Amino acid sequence: MMARSFLGAVAPLAVGFALAVALHLAAGSLIAPFYVKLLMDIGINVILAVSLNLVNGFTGQFSIGHAGFMAVGGYAAGVITYYGSFLLFGNTHVAEGWLTGGDLLFVGGCLFGAVLAALAGFVVGLPSLRLRGDYLAIVTLGFGEILRVLLQRTGDVLQTAEQVEKAGVGTLATSLGGSLGFSGLPYYTDLFWVYVFVTITLVVALRLKFSSLGRAFLSIRENEIAAEAVGVNTTRLKVRAFVLAAGFAGIAGGLFAHEIGTSLNPRELGFQKSFDVVIMVVLGGMGSVSGAVLAAIVLTLLPEALRGFSEFRMPIYALALILMMILRPQGLLGLREIWEMKWLKR
Amino acid sequence: MKPTRAFISLLLLGMVGCGGGGDKGGAAPAASGTVLIGHYGSMTGSEATFGQSTDNGIRLAIKEVNAAGGVKGRMVELKTYDDQGKSQEAGTAVTRLITDDKVVAVLGEVASSLSLAGGRVAQQYGVPMISPSSTNPQVTQIGDKIFRVCFLDPFQGWVEAKFARETLKANTAAILYDQGQAYSKGLAQYFKEAFTQMGGTITTEQAFTGGDQDFSAQLTTIRQTNPDVILVPGYYTEAGNVAIQVRKLGIKAPLLGGDGWDSTQLAAIGKEAIEGSYFSNHYSFQEKRPEVENFVSKYETAHGQKPDGLAALGYDAARLLFDAMGRAPSWDGTALAKAIAETKDFPGVTGKITIDPERNAKKSAVVVKMEGGIPVYVTTIEPPQ
Amino acid sequence: MTKFLQTLMDGVAVGSLYALIALGYTMVYGTLQFINFAHSDVFVLGAWVSYTLAVVLGYAASGSHPPLWAGLLILVAAMATCGAVGFTIERLAYRPLRQAPRLNVLITAIGVSLLLQNVGQLKWFFGTQPQRMPSLIEDRVLGTVAGVSMHAVDVIGAGTAIALMLVLEWLIFRTRLGRAMRAVSHDTAVASLMGINVDAVISFTFVLGSSLAAAAGFLYAMKYPGLNQPAHATWVLLGLKAFVAAVIGGIGNVRGAMLGGFLIALIELFGAAYLSPHLRDIYVFSILIIVLLVRPAGILGTSVAEKV
Repeated sequence: MMARSFLGAVAPLAVGFALAVALHLAAGSLIAPFYVKLLMDIGINVILAVSLNLVNGFTGQFSIGHAGFMAVGGYAAGVITYYGSFLLFGNTHVAEGWLTGGDLLFVGGCLFGAVLAALAGFVVGLPSLRLRGDYLAIVTLGFGEILRVLLQRTGDVLQTAEQVEKAGVGTLATSLGGSLGFSGLPYYTDLFWVYVFVTITLVVALRLKFSSLGRAFLSIRENEIAAEAVGVNTTRLKVRAFVLAAGFAGIAGGLFAHEIGTSLNPRELGFQKSFDVVIMVVLGGMGSVSGAVLAAIVLTLLPEALRGFSEFRMPIYALALILMMILRPQGLLGLREIWEMKWLKR
Repeated sequence: MKPTRAFISLLLLGMVGCGGGGDKGGAAPAASGTVLIGHYGSMTGSEATFGQSTDNGIRLAIKEVNAAGGVKGRMVELKTYDDQGKSQEAGTAVTRLITDDKVVAVLGEVASSLSLAGGRVAQQYGVPMISPSSTNPQVTQIGDKIFRVCFLDPFQGWVEAKFARETLKANTAAILYDQGQAYSKGLAQYFKEAFTQMGGTITTEQAFTGGDQDFSAQLTTIRQTNPDVILVPGYYTEAGNVAIQVRKLGIKAPLLGGDGWDSTQLAAIGKEAIEGSYFSNHYSFQEKRPEVENFVSKYETAHGQKPDGLAALGYDAARLLFDAMGRAPSWDGTALAKAIAETKDFPGVTGKITIDPERNAKKSAVVVKMEGGIPVYVTTIEPPQ
Repeated sequence: MTKFLQTLMDGVAVGSLYALIALGYTMVYGTLQFINFAHSDVFVLGAWVSYTLAVVLGYAASGSHPPLWAGLLILVAAMATCGAVGFTIERLAYRPLRQAPRLNVLITAIGVSLLLQNVGQLKWFFGTQPQRMPSLIEDRVLGTVAGVSMHAVDVIGAGTAIALMLVLEWLIFRTRLGRAMRAVSHDTAVASLMGINVDAVISFTFVLGSSLAAAAGFLYAMKYPGLNQPAHATWVLLGLKAFVAAVIGGIGNVRGAMLGGFLIALIELFGAAYLSPHLRDIYVFSILIIVLLVRPAGILGTSVAEKV
């Protein structure tokens, strides 16, 4: 019994990790750099969509501040790797080697970012999840805005090792580039790390969904009053889902910050980005993990494919959202996973 | 075991989607006999005139060089990507230009935060990038493949201070800057340093956040300090709005700005409020140099309006690139970058351009005055030797 | 003293605009129990429609002196246009979801909001460039009190807003239609049993809210003639602040919305003038969070216990 459930947990993780390794090795030779970047973008968006699904899909709350937690995670991870690189290596070049020195600093940074983001989720979620659903939307929006203003007032990024060594922890924590953004982070994000974290996120989400805790989440979504009546501590569970989602968003932020071609800019981690993730969750089907994954894939590739029509992108998304809500409000897959769809069963 | 099978199938689906998307989005390599260069700019979004003007200037330069036989016998082709004014998109655009379209060099951007995002990618892949109009010092500090053909903000702040002290005879100045914009903050800082060094006094520094419409709180404070001139470093959108409220509050002091004011929309928004105000810029279409007159007439024929500073810089950046491409033994990143770095006294529309060891351009600035809705040339200010 | 009076005057002027917008939010919440995210975009639409009308009527040319009735005409036309837009939105996007879970309607509202913003930006509509609203009211200084000059635009703006609010107050509390609106917001099912045409009342609520937002847009364009492009962050922030005003006053409560509008504007402007102007947005959002934590029903709102 124990062995079977243990295998049930380890096996998907092992498969996922093996795939991540395969992708990493293929990246240099078999996949062109631009598609490597696209695959990384897809992976990051999958983590964002699946984690937001925990809040919007499983517990049926409406958060539109997800990008804020991504920002917290990204900046925190950036501080660790950027200033940490100066202190450890004297420069901000990517320290060579797989799973050594530099990589460990990076993963440590991402995990630190996740913890900080989860903490932020707790601070934001605990007071606001006691209120009605609509209010959560506004509070999360407001949180995102306050974060943006605060980030824009931070000091310039330190550029040399001497400056970093002399600076105290407080200075390092507030030298985040302000409105110019936090750029210059070493490019540690690669397919391996992205898909390792994607695997972890998916395994956690799926196992959560089919567990009793997951069922409790879903009961809150279906009818909060009834759930409360049968003994589910709705507030505590809502906060739990919120904190978990924020933590994963933090990891996505850390991965995002160290990806080639991206930089952290307070203006771009606001409600626009949050809406992008909300759209993925809604279109994929709130409550469906595979739905969120599918939507994340499609909505990452679509803007690149439609580059010529970029000004129509938002109107089309908006229209799609409205039509989806009127015609098929459960999204593409609804609550079901892709392997539960009727037409797939034989 | 269901979740595992599903996970694998999902991943495969993703890769299939990738390949499909790739086919649609991938670009064919440049036809033999042509060479591809890339441009990334804000073609949509709130600073759309910046990207569009620059693109016009670049295309004019390309048309000219192709009419003269191309570079080393090969025709030049341009690939422009819109970054919508976002650093996220800037990075993606440059990545795509370099890794997918395989451009030889990249031109862009105007906004410094976007140049920083795109520049890091260009440096990573070793492809030279020339920014036509980014004035923040940090841009060329990225690495040895990043250049610019415009002056820097420290110089621009000094120019504005010099103009205020010597021409406008101002003893006191107030500053109203956009705290959400690095360009505005930086320019304010450099002006303050230079102005105080030249013996002037800054009466007060007030900040707003880009997008604010209401400056009454800040302007009331400024009015109380009675400055001779008010510096409003920022983009044309805010400059227009600020000017309207400055005059509404009865403040008579002239306003002073930087190259971010350069747009036809400045007069459209500011109207009478912006009359009599000054700003520093890269060039004026009224300058009596042959390069300027030539460029202005060609641009006006093609686009029906006078070229602004950004179009001129786009034009110069492209022509400087072609000149370097002509001198370089080969077009791989290192050789091309070396040729660009060796540019000396290049006759640009925006002045003689020499690339210094920090990969910046040592040039003069002009100051213009808004009269009758047009920026009228006042004076040229040379850099200190 | 000058600074205090100037800030007070600006606070009243801006507050009246927030109040007009907040009224739309609160009325829709009162009848349908959901936050109409797209409401602030109707406000933006009002401003831009006013601009377009002024240009079409030829008042954008320099040196043109539009007659006094031109402003009134454009105001009414903008209100009518946006009222129609509000009606259409309710019919097409919200009515089909009348029975759906609240989350779905919220998402639809966000969709409508994004649609209005981004379609407005397209070149066939208003474009991506900021424009200057032609001045329809001659900007004369009417008088000076303790160093603070009163501009005609501000006085007329605040006056019009307050007049509209008084009309609304009369409409809701002294007419049969208003009684029907209040009944529907109290209990939709019973109201329909009493013979009230609920659909018509809801449509009317939307039209009313949208026209008030359009009026606010027109007055805003008068006061701040540099119009930013439709999807600019400025507008979103303004809409958000008006929403905060509605919540603070007590969402669903009409007088609360008016009170909230003035309160938020005064807090924002006094904070900017006497504390730090950099953090003006933070003052507004902090107040929101404090109110939601301490008294979620708002100042004039009544907390309704949910009966199971």
